[in-house]
Amino acid sequence: MRHLDELQSRSIYIIREAYKQFDNIAMLWSVGKDSTTVLWLCRKAFFGQIPFPILHIDTGYKFPQMYRFRDEYAKEWGLRMIIGKNEEAIKKGINPDKGKLECCNELKTNALKQTIKRYDFKALLLGIRRDEHGIRAKERFFSPRDEDFQWDYKDQPPELWDQYKSKQKDEQHIRVHPLLEWTEVDIWEYIKKEDIPITELYFAKNGKRYRSIGCTTCCSPVESTASTLDEIIQELKTTDVSERSGRSQDKESAYIMQKLRSLGYM
Amino acid sequence: MGDNKLKIVIVGHVDHGKSTLIGRLFYDTDSLPSDKIEEIRRRCEDLGREMEFAFLLDHLQEEREQGITIDTAQSFFKTDKRGYVIIDAPGHREFLKNMITGASQAECAILIVDAVDGVQEQTKRHAYILDMLGLKQVVVVINKMDLVDFNEKRFKEVKGLVEAFLDSINVKPSFFIPISAKRGDNVAKKGDTMSWYNGYTLLEALDTLNNQKSPVDKPLQFPVQDVYKIGDKRILVGRIENGRIKKGQQVVFLPSQKESIIKSIEVFMEDRIEAETGESIGITLKDPLFIERGEIICEKGYQPSRVDRFKANIFWMSQRPLDINERLTIRCATQEMSCTIDTIEKRVDSSSLETIERDADKLLFTEVGSVIIKTKKPIVIENFNEIKELGRFVLVRDKDTIAGGIVTHTSDLISENL
Repeated sequence: MRHLDELQSRSIYIIREAYKQFDNIAMLWSVGKDSTTVLWLCRKAFFGQIPFPILHIDTGYKFPQMYRFRDEYAKEWGLRMIIGKNEEAIKKGINPDKGKLECCNELKTNALKQTIKRYDFKALLLGIRRDEHGIRAKERFFSPRDEDFQWDYKDQPPELWDQYKSKQKDEQHIRVHPLLEWTEVDIWEYIKKEDIPITELYFAKNGKRYRSIGCTTCCSPVESTASTLDEIIQELKTTDVSERSGRSQDKESAYIMQKLRSLGYM
Repeated sequence: MGDNKLKIVIVGHVDHGKSTLIGRLFYDTDSLPSDKIEEIRRRCEDLGREMEFAFLLDHLQEEREQGITIDTAQSFFKTDKRGYVIIDAPGHREFLKNMITGASQAECAILIVDAVDGVQEQTKRHAYILDMLGLKQVVVVINKMDLVDFNEKRFKEVKGLVEAFLDSINVKPSFFIPISAKRGDNVAKKGDTMSWYNGYTLLEALDTLNNQKSPVDKPLQFPVQDVYKIGDKRILVGRIENGRIKKGQQVVFLPSQKESIIKSIEVFMEDRIEAETGESIGITLKDPLFIERGEIICEKGYQPSRVDRFKANIFWMSQRPLDINERLTIRCATQEMSCTIDTIEKRVDSSSLETIERDADKLLFTEVGSVIIKTKKPIVIENFNEIKELGRFVLVRDKDTIAGGIVTHTSDLISENL
């Protein structure tokens, strides 16, 4: 089996396993390249009819291109969408200028907490990868979080031979990571192979492109002339800058990512 | 890069240099983004330490401060020949389940031994677990050669000790390599400190190892993962663990022993008439059988064992001991069933390999037990050496996985009431 076929097969296995094991599951779609890949894999796993809702956490600060893309494909693929927003924090006027940590925590993490609680989701499919950030290298495929979204990385369940944590304690939910073994280049090669639609923000315009997307306020583009999939793949094979270098929450203070994550950040 | 990445686990006693070696491998293969190197350098300065490669994998703040690896971490690097996934497994005894999690995902192992300390408790335990997990490709590196003046005699001494131990558990390493992970000698480059060593560097040695692939020419085993109703079709989904499946093929379901013919192979937006090992697919059947998750679809005439008692070696990963009277759940492929431990023939210390007790009634944390397992109803399993995918299982208590196991015997234990 070829490398991408094997990755695809394992991811589909994990997605089907999560659906089988948990009654109330949703997929988190940020509209970025990784979660759009998970969405594609879900469509394949369930023969085009995804049997659970797709959750988009909306901070209100996303790129207009992302909203357009989300609405277009939600319709085309017949997705059952849930849009999660922390209305209260938005009303209070929380924004990045008043502090990025608080903004991320309120508009993303707390918005997600509220949504999980409202719908009582027991498991969430997420598109994180091990090679994205050092701390993610330690994730499991099925990773429990407690009611405060705390990740007990010191006492993670063993994960052997595709036998995943399938039962959670009442207060827990499980995060499922079908793309954990994929690298950034794998994602782009797969997008090319499968012809997966992807937002235009990733392709270079006027010498710049986004390598990782989130809110307009906290993402900066990288210098790049890569305007096609082939050029992006070529660029990634030779770059020595890390993927999330344009994401300010990773850099602001030495341990901000770890803090965010222990607060429940995705 | 068409080839699959090779998955390597690095194991050994605490402080023998696992994380440093991994950092060194990334650094010397240019697999580290420059901003990450800068970040690690800055943080080492903050802590008032020299630049340490170990920080790359020991990424969590707590590990960085204490200098120990808590969980298993994975990352990637590549050589001119192929890509690698490196799994760092913690050396502390308390983190054994994390080590096992890491090792169970690997295709080959690097066993790291300190040239000063020699063979220690976790060196032996980890080697033994590698053997139990069926990892046959092992490279031994004798690290910290810089601390013994790159002395050839010391290398040979330590090599002799490691070899003697590995021999006793029937592990035959492909290579023994003297290295200094801190300086990089014999990792990616030879260096000029050990001119007496004429063998491969670690990277050269790794490039000679093979990807472990399940061959497609074996008899079919396709565990049913779930059943979907899509339109008017009933689709059985799952992953083919061995062999091929074809449209029109006659198959047997185990343990139910039902039979049918494959009507179609279902892959979204593809027209398929066959599929092979490793593929996650769906199928439909000619006959309207009632099939559930846990049935194993097999080729007629090549059926694995269907038993309710079998022998296994299990390793106990929970701090709460096994009590022979308790009821557990066994999970093997997609099968899940209630079981009990019928007999604990012996309790073995997984480091010294000594038998602690025969005919025991308990099993403690880190111990390995030779046991007879009794399942509530027949289950489809096979000796690990014959069909890996049906020869390994986990045991679950309450909501947690508390043991992993390898089937050693099936045939002569079938009870009369089957």
